[in-house]
Amino acid sequence: MTNQRIFAGFKTGLLYVLLLAFLTPFLLIIMNSFKSTQQFFESPLSLPTSIHFGNYASAFKNMDFLQGFMNSLIITGVSVAIIIIFSAMTGYLFVRFKWKVNGVIFFLMLASMALPFQVLMIPMVMLYGNMGLLNTKLTLLFMYLGFGVPFGVFTFHGFIKGIPYELEESAFIEGSSTLRTFFSIVLPLLKPVFVTLLVLDVLWIWNDYLLPSLVLLSPDQKTLPLSTYTFFSSYSVDYAPLMAGLIMTIIPVLIIYLFLQKQIIKGITEGALK
Amino acid sequence: MNKKLSLRNAGTFLVFGGPSILAFTAVVIIPFIVGLYLTFTNWDVRTGDSSLIGFANYVEVFRDKVFLNQLWFTLKYVFFTVVIANLFAFFIALALSRGGKGEQWLRTGFFTPNLVGGIVLGYLWQTLFSQVLPYLGNKYGWSLFQTSWLTDTGTAFWALIIATAWQLVGYLMIIYIAGFTSVPGDVLEAASIDGAGRASVIRKIILPLTVPAIVICIFISLSRSFLTYDINLALTKGGPFNSTELATYHIVQKAFLSNQYGVGQAEAVVLFAVVAVIALTQSYLLKKLEVES
Repeated sequence: MTNQRIFAGFKTGLLYVLLLAFLTPFLLIIMNSFKSTQQFFESPLSLPTSIHFGNYASAFKNMDFLQGFMNSLIITGVSVAIIIIFSAMTGYLFVRFKWKVNGVIFFLMLASMALPFQVLMIPMVMLYGNMGLLNTKLTLLFMYLGFGVPFGVFTFHGFIKGIPYELEESAFIEGSSTLRTFFSIVLPLLKPVFVTLLVLDVLWIWNDYLLPSLVLLSPDQKTLPLSTYTFFSSYSVDYAPLMAGLIMTIIPVLIIYLFLQKQIIKGITEGALK
Repeated sequence: MNKKLSLRNAGTFLVFGGPSILAFTAVVIIPFIVGLYLTFTNWDVRTGDSSLIGFANYVEVFRDKVFLNQLWFTLKYVFFTVVIANLFAFFIALALSRGGKGEQWLRTGFFTPNLVGGIVLGYLWQTLFSQVLPYLGNKYGWSLFQTSWLTDTGTAFWALIIATAWQLVGYLMIIYIAGFTSVPGDVLEAASIDGAGRASVIRKIILPLTVPAIVICIFISLSRSFLTYDINLALTKGGPFNSTELATYHIVQKAFLSNQYGVGQAEAVVLFAVVAVIALTQSYLLKKLEVES
């Protein structure tokens, strides 16, 4: 028994060591973000002798962190909200109203999930460019809605199928409209799916680089990944502020993760197994 | 419930389906159709001229040695990334799905690289490969690290794989853990009573019962690594001398920097076909190994 315990403890210890090795890239970057670039070149593995917060201040200013952060926040927040609300409504429509056209559209949405973004990006940029619609957040939000809807509808569809119709029926008998019934009776039941979609869509949109890089062209529209790219391209030798910039872009998601880690892991599991 | 789609119902359809179906059509369906059409034209961005040229773009794709090289490079990259990421994820998940102390923390830890987007991740590893490792190599005389891995084609290839696999491991681990927890405990217990060793339990019981998880994990890692763009951009920028351009990177360059929309789009369609064939074959082959518990 004790032998087994020692063995289990040893194994857990080993796993922690493995985790530490696995996270070394993060730790090295954090540690060096407090040194001067000179110190980093001379000894990247030693602890900083004095703490330089200057790197953070310099990165914050030079990468326009605040602007990138606000752009990312608005784009992620609004797109995730509209994806969830509109997918829920469409999912409901497809489950409860079995019109032929609904079936066809649902099938197209399912099929489209196998399409990689790369097949759509060139014609998309061409079409929206021709109409002069690039370079505004509104277009990007609309695109995220279009790309996010298939998975959203699919997920809600599966969940709503399991909800008994009786609840809604009694609301209809009392004269409630479809819209009102949906918002007051169905929507509150969908909470678990909300969380799954919220997690997956936030991680996707917050970190996305390719689509915003094709749509948002002017500097004041940049999201955080775009500002990180510009910052690195123009500062490529001054490593200390660059590392501080990396840490700063990671921190917002890290904070969310620490609060929501259980839901995030659950969201990934459910998202993948569907 | 099977009411006909009448005028009154059209209102319901528009309210509930309108916004999402409109966006889906405008962003996915129409670009898809236009994209297919585009591959048969010689559309010129600057003049706006375009005429049908049949399969010329596809011929160009298969004649372009550079693209074929990069496709081959991408295939090798995908293969190693998928194998490495899945092996690590499988065994870490195995160690982390027996209800031991601290498992929750370890899972949380291994998942962290997934919070970071490809651009940030690429620059993080770029800093390590171009600065920290050469420092170590020079200090201790390890010739492997003395020059930056990113300046040599062969080592830059592995740098790319390490950075991608590092991120994928945590994601796949979560799915494998879900797969393992669905292996019924009594089957495992029966096996250990019958005196089966750890290795044969894994090979004869756990592996066959987690085939669905394996199929999903390989599918996810395949499609994610085939479409890698931002890690490639941030880590190597396709260099040295365009030797590490993955397919997506090449397509973006072709279309948006050299303005060859038709050829770029034909390349994207070819890439999509390759991914689809490989993904379908792997899931078909693996599904045959699936058993009922």
